[in-house]
Formats: sequence, structure tokens, C-alpha cells
Amino acid sequence: MDRIRIIYKKGEDLRYTGHLDLQKIWERFLRRAGLSLAYSQGFHPQPRISQALPLPLGITSLAEIIEIWLENNEDLDHIEKKLKNTDQPGIEIYHLELIDPFLPKIQNLVIGAEYQVALLDSIAAEVLKNNIDKLLLNETAFREKRGKTYNLRPLIKELYLIQDEKSISFSGDIFMSLLALPGATGRPDEVLYELGIDPNNARITRTKLLFQPS
Amino acid sequence: MISSFEIKQQLERVLLNVQKPGRYVGGELNQVLKDWKAVKTHIALVFPDIYDIGLPNLGLAIFYDILNKRHDVLAERSFAPWLDMEIMMRKREIPLYSLESKTPLMNFDIVAFSIPYESLYTNVLNIMDLAKIPIFTADRNLDHPLIIAGGHAMFNPEPMAPFLDAIFIGEGDEAIEEIVDVYQLWKKKNAPRGQLLRDLAAIPGMYIPSFYNVEYQMDGTIKDINPIDPDLPGIIKKRVVANLPLPPTHFIVPSIDVVHNRVPIEIMRGCTRGCRFCHAGMINRPVRERPVHEIVNSIRDSLQNTGYEEVALLSLSSSDYSQIVDLVDQIKNEFIDQNLFVSLPSLRIESLSVDILDKFKDQRQNSFTLAPEAATEHMRNIINKPISTDTVMATIKTIYQRGWANIKLYFMIGQPGETIEDVRAIIELSKSILAEGKRIVGNRVRLNIGIGTFVPKPHTPFQWVSLDTRDIILEKQSLLKHELRKLGIKVSWADYENTMLEAFLSRGDRNLADVIFTAWKNGAKFDAWNDEYKFDIWLDALGQHKIDPHFYTDRQRSLEEIFPWEHISILVKKIHLKQEYQKSLLGETTEDCRTGCYACGVLPELSGLRKQNSQKPWNCPD
Repeated sequence: MDRIRIIYKKGEDLRYTGHLDLQKIWERFLRRAGLSLAYSQGFHPQPRISQALPLPLGITSLAEIIEIWLENNEDLDHIEKKLKNTDQPGIEIYHLELIDPFLPKIQNLVIGAEYQVALLDSIAAEVLKNNIDKLLLNETAFREKRGKTYNLRPLIKELYLIQDEKSISFSGDIFMSLLALPGATGRPDEVLYELGIDPNNARITRTKLLFQPS
Repeated sequence: MISSFEIKQQLERVLLNVQKPGRYVGGELNQVLKDWKAVKTHIALVFPDIYDIGLPNLGLAIFYDILNKRHDVLAERSFAPWLDMEIMMRKREIPLYSLESKTPLMNFDIVAFSIPYESLYTNVLNIMDLAKIPIFTADRNLDHPLIIAGGHAMFNPEPMAPFLDAIFIGEGDEAIEEIVDVYQLWKKKNAPRGQLLRDLAAIPGMYIPSFYNVEYQMDGTIKDINPIDPDLPGIIKKRVVANLPLPPTHFIVPSIDVVHNRVPIEIMRGCTRGCRFCHAGMINRPVRERPVHEIVNSIRDSLQNTGYEEVALLSLSSSDYSQIVDLVDQIKNEFIDQNLFVSLPSLRIESLSVDILDKFKDQRQNSFTLAPEAATEHMRNIINKPISTDTVMATIKTIYQRGWANIKLYFMIGQPGETIEDVRAIIELSKSILAEGKRIVGNRVRLNIGIGTFVPKPHTPFQWVSLDTRDIILEKQSLLKHELRKLGIKVSWADYENTMLEAFLSRGDRNLADVIFTAWKNGAKFDAWNDEYKFDIWLDALGQHKIDPHFYTDRQRSLEEIFPWEHISILVKKIHLKQEYQKSLLGETTEDCRTGCYACGVLPELSGLRKQNSQKPWNCPD
């Protein structure tokens, strides 16, 4: 059995597909590509696929990572060719890697992600800058998610405007680097709310996954 | 009208506020997206329920496949938005659009509805409204798409007559292309819309409701139905294909979970059993089987094209498919290593069914489903599903012996001639089954019982009979619920309100169109969904139009009555249905018509067509 890491782009066609459904999409994608996925042992064998860090609904990604376990030991180039020759809307394969099977689960290696947010409507630059400064100066930013209060602030590693134009209204992108700690994941939509921006009026792209320093 | 680009922009801002936004974006594997300007004719295929239910529909997949194979046509899909999305769309004035190109339905040449059951009628109206298309045929003009419909419910199209421009009766596998051809010729002529309907009326199976007049008797029954001029057919005969065309294999694979995530393949069309309550069994005659190799090839291709983990072998009675054992063996041999799950609905009560399912049992723990429909031999004779209680028990025994612990049984209350004793027999039978299960498999045994309520359907031997009254239905249900639960059996049943709605719409006439319209105006939609169902709206609408629903539901029809669907022919003769009804009153049965012809009328009607069936004769005797 081989453990293979796949780095891919999750595009517009799968923007509204959540991570549970994405699991099925990958299973079918691999089956169509003629790759035989390994199954877990037990009463209800499950295909051995792991997503690095679930991507919230509505967000596309330039840097998704999934790990799969394949039954047959096949040449990496072969696997890549098979995948690239198989159509799957919304998935574009960048890169494959053979991974040491004894390494911890991919979910435990990832500690956060970077996002780039494009605003659909321009916004007063001064207000936005002030809001960012205020948020970063504070030590706490309590928010509620699913009935639980949590502190968003320590999950924000970096937050800044990408095109710092001198114009009055801002229509560039916002960059955020957010941590995913055990039990608390920094979500870009939560940051936007905190900045007074309705996430419905933003287009969010995940640009990078952050790994534990090895 | 708003452009598809603007629709996409609007969608982006609303989709995160609705449940399952993946329903509204398309872009799935195997969708066909053509250049709008490069084709002549644009067709929207609409299933008037939510995406989750409509997407897996096989009929839709067949038409999508046939139409998109043509270079001069594009077909795109549209479904009913769920309530939350509808609110968003109305608020932001987003018209209903197609999933592929996000084009407003209004911009299509043809909008084709698939209407398999009556509880979708209000959704059809709601969809036209969301698409900003006038709801009545009479209000539409050359600026509007042609609105056509087909599907099982349309074998009595009358309640929907004023809303639909043209209704296709029967199997559309071939006719859909004729419809396109007629449309294209008409478009070239620059002729008025009335001419299009005229041209369409020449297609066998096509019914143009506005070309027919209905006269009523004083008592509200029908006096006569006539075409407005003699060139039009007095009777519209359903269309039948001689051979089942090659099945589609490029199924759209949804990017979200839907009700059936699988490859559907029709192994056989029609049924020879002649159960007297069964609408599908009567309207889909004759039986045509697909050859084994064609099914296996199509499964192979479909799995390659979709990556699905499940295949469903569809028919009205799987164990009657003459090559079923061979088929199942071949599927098992070729695909079983691929973790493929095979589902085989509609198995008959006989040991063969157990043998068949047994071949697939090792793949997944599952329950075994059987539909005895009634618990006494007397009732099963009346409905012409003559299975002895010994056979039922022997089959059950075999199921338990082969290791199943879960059995699901379907019964139907309210069949004609049913007494409370017949209903009580369901409890007794369940007791014996449970006891047998405990004896063979022990305490793991689980029994689920689904209790349907019989609704008399047009074109069946029971089209004359009355629906049970509310009091009787409730009495039978409460007896069963109470007694079966005491035994630890899980019981599900049909709500009376749903049954009644289905009953008056099924055998309704044109007068019900106003009721449907008013009910929709007052908020009725998704009528099949219990939680959204507001029966009071329907009662108010009936009251407002002074229509007594009992005229349609629990009224015994005289044998001479002219039905609202009298001008629609399923090719089975009315006299045959009448004889079957009369035999039921005497408790006499009619055998499976593979063993001998009972002259239902289909054969003489289709003798020419039968000769075209190259593969194998139909399962009608020579």
C-alpha cells in the first residue's frame, strides 16, 4: 500500500461542495481514473482518504491537500497521468508525492491556512484599515459559533490589505493567515464579520496551507 | 430580461444563506454545456421538485442524453428551488434559470416538464411563475417558450389542461426528436403560435388540451369530450417504442448528496402481472426486456463514466425479467470485486427472489423488502396479486434462513372489498412472521411495515371504485398502528390528507384547474412534503370554487360513466379494465399474461410496431 499526497486546486465548480461530499467526489474520481483505493478494516470498511483541513462551503482553494492510500503500488508518474487524464470538474491536480506511511496523519500536520479575500463591493479604505488595526491591537475578539463563544483573535496570525491604494475606496484584496488549533479553527468569514464586512459580498480563496515546523 | 452573467453575480451573494447551495449551481461531472448561439433550439428540461429528487430521475437523464446528442439542440436542466432559495430569488428578482448556462427559463424555446405524480402540480405553476412565464396557456404568446409536459401523471392530464400548451402521452424516447423537428420547421415558417400547436397535434401521442371541448352533465359528470375540429384525433393514443433504445451511460454525477447516488438502468419496461390497483402496470404495457449483454455493457460504461459505487436494476417487477438469474450472475462475476452495490427493487414474493438477492448479500447488511399488499388470500385475489399465504410464509422463512434479520413489508389498506377483518389479518400475519424470525434468527429480528392507502387511479380496473372515507381510513390506520407497535414493529403510513389530495387530483377533471391555481396562489407547493403541506389551503380553494372533493374521491362511479380521461388511450381497452373490475368483485383472478393472452387490447393496436422489435418478441404470447 502506498500513501500518496495530492496537492490540487479546488475550483468554482466545487465551490458549494462541502468536505463530506468532497470525499465522495474523490472516491468516484479515483475509481474513474482506475486507481484502487485502499479500504479500512472492520465491519464498515471506509476508503482511506484524508483531507488536510476542511474547506468551508463557498471558498475555493489554490492549495488543497488530500492523502490517499492505494492498494497497488504504482509508479507516481502513472498515477499522475491517470488522474490528469480523468475529468473531474472543480479539481485540478498540481502535484503528487509519495509520503512516509509512518508520518502522522495529514490532519495533524496542518496548523492553519492563508486566505485571500476579494470584495465584491468597494468599501471605504479608511474604515477598513481602522477596523483591521483595532482588531489586531486587541488581545481578544470574542465571537459566537454554533452557540459557543470563542476568542478569534489568537487564531489570526496575519491580517493586512494587499493593494494598499491611496484611493478613498478600497477594492483590492485582504490577506489573512489563520490558525487551526485543536478545537478552534480560524475561519475567514468570521474575520470578515469582525471587520464589518458581510462575507456574502466577498470571494474567498485559500492560497496556502500552513504546516507544523518539522 | 436579466442576463446569465447577472444571475451568476446575484447567486454568489445569496448562496451561502441557503441550505445545500450546491443544488443551484450545476457544473457537475457529465453536464453538457453548449454554446447557446451555436444551436438552433434550446430546451429546458424541468423536474418540478428539488434538485435532490429530480437529479437522479432516469427519464430526465434519457431526454438529456437524446437531445444533447443532436448538434442543433441544447438541453439544460432546472429544478424547483427549495423554500429558502425561493425567498431569496423573489427578493432579488432572480428568475428561475437553467443550471448549465444560468439562462432564464424564459429565454428557452421549449420548457418541458416531467410530471410523474400529482402532488407536483402546484410546483409546476410555481416554477412558471418564478420563471416569469404566464401560467395559463391562453396568456402566452410568441415571446414565451412552448410549455410541454409528460410523465405518468399526465395519463389524466385534465386538471393541468389550461396550464400546458401540449402534453405528451406515453413513451417519449422517440417522439422527443419529432417534437424538436416540428418546432424547428414551425420556427422557420415564422407562423403564429397557434400553428405550432396544430403542427404538434399531428405527432402521434401529442395532446393539445386547448383543442378539446369538454361538456358536462347536470350531475357534474362528463357528457362528451370532442376536438374543436374533425382533423384532430378524437382519441389520443399513448406512444410506445418497439425496442427499448440504448440506455444512457453519461449520467450527471452530482457534487452533493442526492436521494439516489447511483447508476439507474431500466432492465425491462412494462409488467405482465395485472395487479388491478397498479397504474404503472396498466399504462406501461406491453413488456419489453433489454438484452442481458446490453445491460451489462451499459453498467460497465456507466461505471467508467461516473465512478458510482451503486447500480440499480429498474423495472416494475425485477424477478419477472426472464433472464434475471443470468443477468445477476454476469453482474456478480464482472463487478463484484469493485465494491459495487447492486440494488434490485420490486422483487416478487417467491424463493427465486431470495436466491437473487442472496448473490449480493455479502456486500452490505441490508433489509429484505417485499410487498404482499394484503394479508389475506381473499384480498390478494381481489387485487389480482394471487400469492398464497403459504408462499408468503415460505419466502419469509427462506429469507430468515439465509441470514437476513431485517424485513420490510408493504401493505395497502382501502382496496375495494376490504373489511376490518382483512386489516386485522395484517396484524396476525405480522405476528407469525415475527415468530418465525425469532425462531430462526433470534432477537435480532426487526420488522418494518409500511401501510399505504389505496388511491383509485385512472386507466386501471379500479378506476370506478371509491376511495375509502376518512373515518374508515383513520380507523384502519389506528388499529394497525396500535396493534403493530405493541409487537415492537416499526410502522409508517400515509397521511389521510396526502391520500385525499392525490385521490382528487388523480381522477380530476378540468374544473380542478381553478382549484390548483387558487391553492398555489394561496401558498400550496411541495404538496408531497408533509412538513410543508398545508391541507387547509386546498380545502379553502375547493370551497372557493364550490367543488366538493368527495365527488372525485369517495364516489363509486357507474360502469357507464364517461371519465375525464376518456379521450386518452393507454391501448388497453376499457372493456378489458371493466372485465377485470367485475372479476375482482367475484374474487376471480387473471393469470400473468405471459402464460396466455387475455386480450387487453395492446397487441392488435401494436401489431405493426411489434414486427419492428428486432431483438426478441415482446412478452405477449403469439
